[in-house]
Amino acid sequence: MSDAIAGPGAEQTYFDHLAEGEFHIQHCTACHKAVFYPRAVCPHCGSDALEWRQASGDGVVYATSVVRQRPEKGGVYNVALIDLAEGARMMSRVEGIAPEKVTIGMAVRAEVDRSGDAPLVVFRPAGGGS
Amino acid sequence: MTGLRGKSAIVGVGTYGLGEAPGLSEYEIMTGAIERALGEAGLRAKDVDAVFCTSMQQNMGSLTLAEYLGIQPRFSDSTVIGGSSNLAQVLIAMMAIETGVCETALIAYASNQRSTSGRLVSSSKPDPYEAPYNPRQPITSYALSASRHMHEFGTTREQFAEVAVAARAWAAMNPEAFMRDPLTIEDVLSARPISDPFTVRDCCLVTDGAGALVVTSAARAKDMPKPAAYVLGAAMAHWHRYIANMPDLTVTAASESGARAYEMAGVKPSDFDVVEVYDAFTINTIMFLEDLGFCPKGEGGRFVEDGAIAPGGTLPVNTNGGGLSCCHPGMYGMFPVIETVRQLRGEAGDRQIDGAALGLAHGNGGVFSSQVSLVLGTQATL
Repeated sequence: MSDAIAGPGAEQTYFDHLAEGEFHIQHCTACHKAVFYPRAVCPHCGSDALEWRQASGDGVVYATSVVRQRPEKGGVYNVALIDLAEGARMMSRVEGIAPEKVTIGMAVRAEVDRSGDAPLVVFRPAGGGS
Repeated sequence: MTGLRGKSAIVGVGTYGLGEAPGLSEYEIMTGAIERALGEAGLRAKDVDAVFCTSMQQNMGSLTLAEYLGIQPRFSDSTVIGGSSNLAQVLIAMMAIETGVCETALIAYASNQRSTSGRLVSSSKPDPYEAPYNPRQPITSYALSASRHMHEFGTTREQFAEVAVAARAWAAMNPEAFMRDPLTIEDVLSARPISDPFTVRDCCLVTDGAGALVVTSAARAKDMPKPAAYVLGAAMAHWHRYIANMPDLTVTAASESGARAYEMAGVKPSDFDVVEVYDAFTINTIMFLEDLGFCPKGEGGRFVEDGAIAPGGTLPVNTNGGGLSCCHPGMYGMFPVIETVRQLRGEAGDRQIDGAALGLAHGNGGVFSSQVSLVLGTQATL
């Protein structure tokens, strides 16, 4: 049936890409804007003509905080909002640097961390080697 | 929309169990507040024909409340848009009353989360794009906004602390407030860090507490025992749900809701005698003073310096002690409304602002997400 309703939908597709170690985000082919988080329609223009593209991985820290938990609840770690070069913004964290050294405006680069229970996108300072 | 100006009024308010109410259920403390609110209006539960209730613990709050009180209402609403829900319900009640859908609305909220869990209860499902990073929500979302405000405008931790210190000074004059001990800027800065730049003293309390409002038509309000607080303006706006989708972390949709509420009321910021805003965190007060027009964008930190919003300052803000020092039972939106009504009636005791005739009650929900502004005034402002 050509009109059968079945997934995977945008949310599942995003996490499927991450499971493959790849970071893809949606682009609207109607208004040419990047879309994050993944959706069924473009929040900028309403079109459902969204396509997946591999993210450049380049970003800039837009806002940052250091969460200070007790060690058994995760200790001290960074939470940041990252402006992607494509124009979308996402929550993430910056690793490879002390959490309080993360600053607004810092250039960062994405990587897919598959070491935990579920894959996720994290960032490291750009130009900081591998 | 200007057609709703002054057509409805708050004729009864009640609080109950602010701080700690151990051994009482959510609906037991809610009933305490409702009995006081109805009592002020000279009404009984059977006189209510519209029930509004928001609960963090169950999603059909108005059904439960109506059943509990033995009311079979003509209209019912359990809106959940976070801490601004009860203010949104005032707007909904105004529309229902003016169109004849109902005559007398009861709006109630309660939580016993301090006694039952000791921590802020969240009613939200974790977001799959946030949860993996373990933000301490909602604190970290507001902390991210604060980081941006500091970056763009040079706002300092000391300026955030000024907000907490001012709230505490007001709370010291409010017998109902939960935390009334003296607080200094140094106390705030050296308190336990939670999510930079916030310490625990930049964050709202976790308390029990209940509040209730009775809203009816301005015509019926004339015959009520207490002086009515007329709703001169009301507006809501939201631009995002999660913090990553807030268009600019230094501008809230209060800039829209406030402007529309002022337009309906025909007032400007300098007309207000008292200002009650939802201070979940110290950044909230600073952002709302900017977005609601009391100072230019970016000047909020400097605006609150030197006790400007504390007792004896230039603008009375959060005269009950706010969510930072009076109470914060999960959602605080009910309490700016109640404090504004008490100020307009001249019932605020030691913290009374002489001759208060026009007040602003502003509610915030989510993570700077839903914004609802209410302009309330005495009969002289109609």
